[in-house]
Amino acid sequence: MRDKQGFFREEKEGGARVIRLKDVEKEYENGTYALRGITLTIEDGEFVFLVGPSGSGKSTIIKLLTGEILPSSGRVVVNGFSLTKISDRQIPLLRRSIGVIFQDFRLIEKKTVYENLSFAMRAVGATPRTIKNRIPYVLKLVGLEEKADQYPHELSGGEQQRVAIARALVNNPYTIIADEPTGNLDPARSLEIMRLLGRINELGTTVVVVTHERDLVNRFHKRVVLLEQGLITGDGVGYDAK
Amino acid sequence: MHRHDFSYFMHEGVSNLFSHGFMSFAAIGITVACLLIMGTFSLVAYNAEMLLQTLESEYEILAFVDENYNDAQTKAVGEAIRKLNNVKSVEFITREDAMASFEERNLDDYMRRNIIPSMFRDRYAVYVNDLKLVRQTARDVESVEGIGDGNVRVDEDIAGGFILVRNVASAVSLALIAILLVVSVFIISNTIRLTTFDRRDEIAIMKMVGATNWFIRWPFVYEGFLLGLLSSLIAFGLQWLVYASMVKSIAAADTLQFLRAVPFSSIWKPVALSFGAAGILIGVGGSLTAIRKFLQV
Repeated sequence: MRDKQGFFREEKEGGARVIRLKDVEKEYENGTYALRGITLTIEDGEFVFLVGPSGSGKSTIIKLLTGEILPSSGRVVVNGFSLTKISDRQIPLLRRSIGVIFQDFRLIEKKTVYENLSFAMRAVGATPRTIKNRIPYVLKLVGLEEKADQYPHELSGGEQQRVAIARALVNNPYTIIADEPTGNLDPARSLEIMRLLGRINELGTTVVVVTHERDLVNRFHKRVVLLEQGLITGDGVGYDAK
Repeated sequence: MHRHDFSYFMHEGVSNLFSHGFMSFAAIGITVACLLIMGTFSLVAYNAEMLLQTLESEYEILAFVDENYNDAQTKAVGEAIRKLNNVKSVEFITREDAMASFEERNLDDYMRRNIIPSMFRDRYAVYVNDLKLVRQTARDVESVEGIGDGNVRVDEDIAGGFILVRNVASAVSLALIAILLVVSVFIISNTIRLTTFDRRDEIAIMKMVGATNWFIRWPFVYEGFLLGLLSSLIAFGLQWLVYASMVKSIAAADTLQFLRAVPFSSIWKPVALSFGAAGILIGVGGSLTAIRKFLQV
């Protein structure tokens, strides 16, 4: 199936675009319990903030959702892929359904903005024609159509993060997972990035943002899931929801 | 694999090659040296084998026929020898022919004047299939009626000597091929490991966006393939030069007249194929070894 930009989009099993965690526990090899029985559902098209102090289990959830680690017990289903029985061959397909954004942008310094995006598309086997059609659309979406030929070091922090968002979006994933996307930015740029993520969400992509910036979260009227010591201690609208 | 993927992998492979130019140069140099050593020893073994085959075809056991036998009996002796195991052919030599041959080899006038055909005996020159079995064949010939004990002349030392040379050359070349293959794979693997280390961020991003392991592997496989192919091309050229000069020196040396080296022009195709195959095997093997650790999900 192809979307409006002619980009190939694989339909997942049953068309499910939901994230479901059921009684999920994660114990690392060193005996640390990161998650102690989490049950969480994120519906298709939702915008969710995942908040909590350091060591609360936020990063573990991200690693579980991207197939980097497997749960010790419980069930994790992401966009139709069951992570308890996922094979090595299916993991790339799972990752194509998710776009990940990091605090430190993780751009390739020796490639231009355009090349950073085309590299991510190439990696999943996109044809040169699809790449040529898709990248201008995504760059326009993040407001960087004029910066296509610039290198990451020529851009501001906010612009670099927008390139990272564009890269996460370029393969048209069902879900965007942003891990502290504003951690390296000033308040004005942080707000800009959050608004951009909000706009992407309005276009139909599920967005999960991991952050600890209370003020920023409170500016958006969105669902907030609070994690503490590997347990969900709050789930509602606003940071202080209990 | 799509055509656009192929050109992408090729482009990435070539740029990997130049990203660590010095290491690539060193890897090619060492692989060329290894291929050259492997090639030289294999060619020595091959020439020893060829020489041995020629010797086998020329090597003869002389069986002297009983002096009291008439023509018919002598002929029957020849037939009996021909039927023995490991006998390829039998040639009858009359005492006159034997004398003529002796005279050709010994030009001393005194001897020429004083030898007569009756001093020689009719004999059979027996040619064998397998030089290793020459001792047993000689014993079989001895047991033929009309020959008898002590009437067979066989030079076992020469046969044994050539078999030894052939066996040693084959064993050394096999051992060298095994050792140098491992060395070359290790060197190329380390060169490519440098590239993978240099590109670890790109590999991480590729994995993050959902590239398959083979998509990540291909550029490095091409890099190894190119390193191996370049090495084999250079090694082949050098081998040609080295071999040709060796053949020339052997032909020019008076003491080595009995050695007849196979000319390179008649063996260049199998040599080129072996070098190409070994180079590509080393290159691709090295790259797969290098990238293996990076791809654990």
